[in-house]
Amino acid sequence: MAPITGRRGSPGESQFTRVLTMVLLTVFLVYSLLPVFYLIVSSTKDNTDLFSSFGLWFASFSLPENLRDTFAHDGGVFWNWLWNTAYYSVCSAVGAAFISTIAGYAFAKYRFPGRIPVFAVILGSIMVPQTALVIPTYLLLSKIGLIDTPLAVILPSLVSPFGVYLMRVYAEQSVPDDLLNAARVDGAGELRIFWSVALRVLMPGFVTVLLLSFVATWNNYFLPLVVLSTPELYPLSVGLVSWNSLATAGGGAQPLFPLVITGALVSVIPIIVSFLFLQRYWQGGLTFGSLKD
Amino acid sequence: MAVEQGDQAGLASPGGKQQRRAARNRRWRRMVIPYLFLLPFLVLFLVFLVLPLAYALGISLFENRLVGGTVFVGAQNYLKAIGDPAFLGGVVRMLKFGVFQVPIMLGLALLLALVLDSGVVWFRTVFRLGFFLPYAVPSVVATLVWGYLYGQDFGPFAQLAERFGLPAPNFLSDSLVLGSLANIVTWQFTGYNMIILYAALQAVPGELRDAGAVDGARGWQVAWYIKIPLILPALFLTAVFSIIGTFQLFNEAQILQPQAPGSISESFTPNLYAYSLAFTNQQYEYSAAISFALGAVVVVCSYIFMLVTNRREEGD
Repeated sequence: MAPITGRRGSPGESQFTRVLTMVLLTVFLVYSLLPVFYLIVSSTKDNTDLFSSFGLWFASFSLPENLRDTFAHDGGVFWNWLWNTAYYSVCSAVGAAFISTIAGYAFAKYRFPGRIPVFAVILGSIMVPQTALVIPTYLLLSKIGLIDTPLAVILPSLVSPFGVYLMRVYAEQSVPDDLLNAARVDGAGELRIFWSVALRVLMPGFVTVLLLSFVATWNNYFLPLVVLSTPELYPLSVGLVSWNSLATAGGGAQPLFPLVITGALVSVIPIIVSFLFLQRYWQGGLTFGSLKD
Repeated sequence: MAVEQGDQAGLASPGGKQQRRAARNRRWRRMVIPYLFLLPFLVLFLVFLVLPLAYALGISLFENRLVGGTVFVGAQNYLKAIGDPAFLGGVVRMLKFGVFQVPIMLGLALLLALVLDSGVVWFRTVFRLGFFLPYAVPSVVATLVWGYLYGQDFGPFAQLAERFGLPAPNFLSDSLVLGSLANIVTWQFTGYNMIILYAALQAVPGELRDAGAVDGARGWQVAWYIKIPLILPALFLTAVFSIIGTFQLFNEAQILQPQAPGSISESFTPNLYAYSLAFTNQQYEYSAAISFALGAVVVVCSYIFMLVTNRREEGD
């Protein structure tokens, strides 16, 4: 954390370096925020201003009308999409986090036959291109009649090999063997030890996997695109793209671009809010189990 | 470890049948319990990962003919894929994409991570958060927004060009579309990779930095000779994940397709091709073969990358 001290070189030069790096960082910051700014600005415009006013600055303020239209269009299907997205994401996240936590805990805290090869297979599957799975999953689900149901999105999203890996690393670092042995000496069963002793210690890891799975499902596009065909079951991602395709094709009585833009803004807000408030967990997931402080 | 010790303690202690039975019981439980914990994951893993893969591999060996129904054709679909210009074109396009996009993105991510880590910066948290923010934007929304920014009707770049009397740039034309897609991916993932590298840099021991500084090394020298070698594993990891991601490119191309039907074909990326084969042409068998062939390309390319980078590290 400490800045490099005792650096040689003239003060003038170091001042110059500092200004140069600030310029570099600021340019990249503008690049990173530009699309988000554009999204916010555009969501406040009506259809005419969207095309005629300068894209990167405000014109008329029609955000309330845009919101009203977005939620009212097509008999309020946007409500369905919002609800579906939340529903799929919460179910997948809670399920995936719980399943990954108990699996990771088992790998970290027990020595059992098959432990090493089974874990190796799971780890290797992180490399499997997810998109290669979607089409066969579609075919299999349609065989058992699960296609075009919420379960077609939720069940495949429960499998998180990366979550298992993360929880194994986390359990190894955070759950002391002494703690478990003490509970065993007290006569507690293994299930109870997990439930009332280990799970509490594993909570930060659990929340990280929960958050990563939540966001992955919230943002997922390919799987719901393939397994769902009823618009009322779509999540936001697939729904917004369907509106955008209509808008691009110029179909429909109502101009759709403002709705797509406003809808996109609404769909991003929960993720950005969670991102700002739960930063520690977001970054924890990316830094591979090094989230011990 | 602890579990085995517990067992041994139970066996070693002198005692009668009862104690031995208790020990056996405990050992049995400690073998069954872990699998009980693993059960939900393993079941879902088998059903939604292993089974689809096996199924795809299975059907990729068949062909659905108008006359005669589904027939076993062995490796014929794979031979067809190897000679299919649509598939090969997509693979070559992704190679081209990756050769430019991955180094640019990782170079930027590394540069930003080093700068943020060096301490020559004010408002470090603001920058770190700002750079990472695009990762929180769903790829669908990112693509839609960039699509509008690129747009020739109401995109701000087109508007600016018009104001200066220049022709509006067509970001989705044949010659620019790959670069425009690369920009979307770079925008989404530079911050993500930066965070991984930044975390690795933060783990570099303070003594090493200080030693370099005391020796009179300049900031960039400390970075090049001390920090970068120490975070090579993290850099390597981000590179492998980026290569895998590149070959899987789908969302961005598929979503921009209606906007640029001329320059983004049905087989623009291998994944888009597999998707079109399955859902436009109902050629599930061939689509599965394409998916598998793509998987093979990914594995081979990742492996080549690992070989090359390993050799270089040994050479140092």
